[in-house]
Amino acid sequence: MPNVLAFAEARGGELRKVAFEAVTAARQVADQVGGEVHAILVGAPGIAAKAAALAEYGADVVIVSEHAGFTHYSPEATAALVADRVKGGDYRAVVFSASQQGKDLAPRTAAKLRSAIATDVTSFAVSADAVIVTHPGYTGKVVQTLRLIGTPAIFSLRPGAITPAAKAGAGRTEGATLSADPSAARVVITDTVLGDTKKLDLGEAPIIISGGRGLKAAEHFKLVEDLAAAFGNAAVGATRAVTDEGWRPHSDQIGQTGRLVSPDLYVAVGISGAIQHLAGMRTSKCIVAINKDKEAPIFKVADYGIVGDVFDVVPALTAAVQQAKQSSN
Amino acid sequence: MKIAVCIKRVPEMDVNFKIAPSGKSVDETGLKWDMSDFDGYAVEAALQLTEKDPASEVHVISLGSDVVQETLRKALSMGVAKAVQLKCDAVPFDAFAVGSALAAELSAGGYDLIMFGKMSIDGANGATQFVVAELLGLPLVHACSKLEISGGQGTARREIEGGGELVKFSLPAIVSIDEGIARPRYPSLKGIMAAKKKPLEIKPAQLGEVRLTVEKMELPPARAAGRIIGEGAAAVPELVKLLQTEAKVL
Repeated sequence: MPNVLAFAEARGGELRKVAFEAVTAARQVADQVGGEVHAILVGAPGIAAKAAALAEYGADVVIVSEHAGFTHYSPEATAALVADRVKGGDYRAVVFSASQQGKDLAPRTAAKLRSAIATDVTSFAVSADAVIVTHPGYTGKVVQTLRLIGTPAIFSLRPGAITPAAKAGAGRTEGATLSADPSAARVVITDTVLGDTKKLDLGEAPIIISGGRGLKAAEHFKLVEDLAAAFGNAAVGATRAVTDEGWRPHSDQIGQTGRLVSPDLYVAVGISGAIQHLAGMRTSKCIVAINKDKEAPIFKVADYGIVGDVFDVVPALTAAVQQAKQSSN
Repeated sequence: MKIAVCIKRVPEMDVNFKIAPSGKSVDETGLKWDMSDFDGYAVEAALQLTEKDPASEVHVISLGSDVVQETLRKALSMGVAKAVQLKCDAVPFDAFAVGSALAAELSAGGYDLIMFGKMSIDGANGATQFVVAELLGLPLVHACSKLEISGGQGTARREIEGGGELVKFSLPAIVSIDEGIARPRYPSLKGIMAAKKKPLEIKPAQLGEVRLTVEKMELPPARAAGRIIGEGAAAVPELVKLLQTEAKVL
């Protein structure tokens, strides 16, 4: 009976939400093929304590590798570890998250194994002779259905594409033998620089408040930040025009060449809605647009539009959201 | 320093795509084509890395039918010294098939650095560079938003959720390039004229075995037409009500 392998991503000694998504996806595939779910967990010494949490989401076996060299992400040693495990077992599929780390690790592992690889998939199914996945392309304007030939099939799952589901697995823990020493790698991550760790990431925030050129200057992003703070569970994004101006860092850019996001609520503040930007946020569940130009293309995709000056509308909305939050508490 | 940049010709994305009758590709009627966005950043970054050293050279490589020569010429007009077309009728989606052809061409090139965009903007799979790195046995740093090369050593930054990773590596190496590194220059008239005389070699693509195929292409479900609920701050109470009762996000 073939099993399914999941890579459980951790950072700073903690499992990330995407780790549970990968294990949940592996559980779904394993239930189709009848095998077990094996999860791989790597990190600095102490990470083994997190294995039990993976069992709660369906991991039958947790393969743990603790090494000081895994304090930061170690691309080559981690890929070698996963590939060695695959070679030594009978795995129908290997599931990663298409997180920033998974976008590196999944194809790196697949290349080692000469396996079929599909990245950033939004759905998956196992048929008799192939794993079939859907994968958005063409800046989200086309959905591509891909057939992965051969065993194992390797794919990475778009963060948020599935909801982690608790389901008890056996959770036996095994150690892993490292064939590649993380300290001797050719590609070494010397430091992980984190911004404000309380800040929600654009890929994980249920609400995104995003600002465009209509804000006129970097300091006016305070309006956007205040609205995000009023919601509480919101991250701040920006258009390419804004990041090119240097008002916000490039990592905040949402669009064709930036982050592709699909939060529950996307509030576009002073954003005209260039195709480049729409490509990054058009799959948001609910879109609100505030712009003074009623002909702006953003209103064509906005569920709710307000035509008006962002400097009047946004502070009023911030106050109203604060009030709504208070009265619901 | 000798650098190769692998580039892909893709449709410009500012259109509403239609699906071809085969159901397995986009309808190419009326599409305009250009170098994939991230590949443009890679070409620009390569040119900037070599500008200060007259002994340096940047080459570009692309797979495709003869139409890809237009994209290769664009790179030549930006300042690249030589272009190679790996000729094939159609470029497969599969990273292993494409990566094998690129690795075969790159293996004897004596390159210090091989560059890619982090992914093509059409297929958006971001895996080909990993196949090339594995086949050539070279270290790979993926999705660099900053890159410095000095004395055979490289440092880079990769963006991660909520921050970045600082990376160290030695040449020869492969790097793939993310947004933020450099905006590609527009070819000058002088560059365009010069490009006509630069070498463009044509060789058959030695494609690898295909492990992944496109079964189907579809358009995503359309969004309902937008609706304007009011003007100015006076519309805020209505918006809040809709967010609470209809969208249920507040």
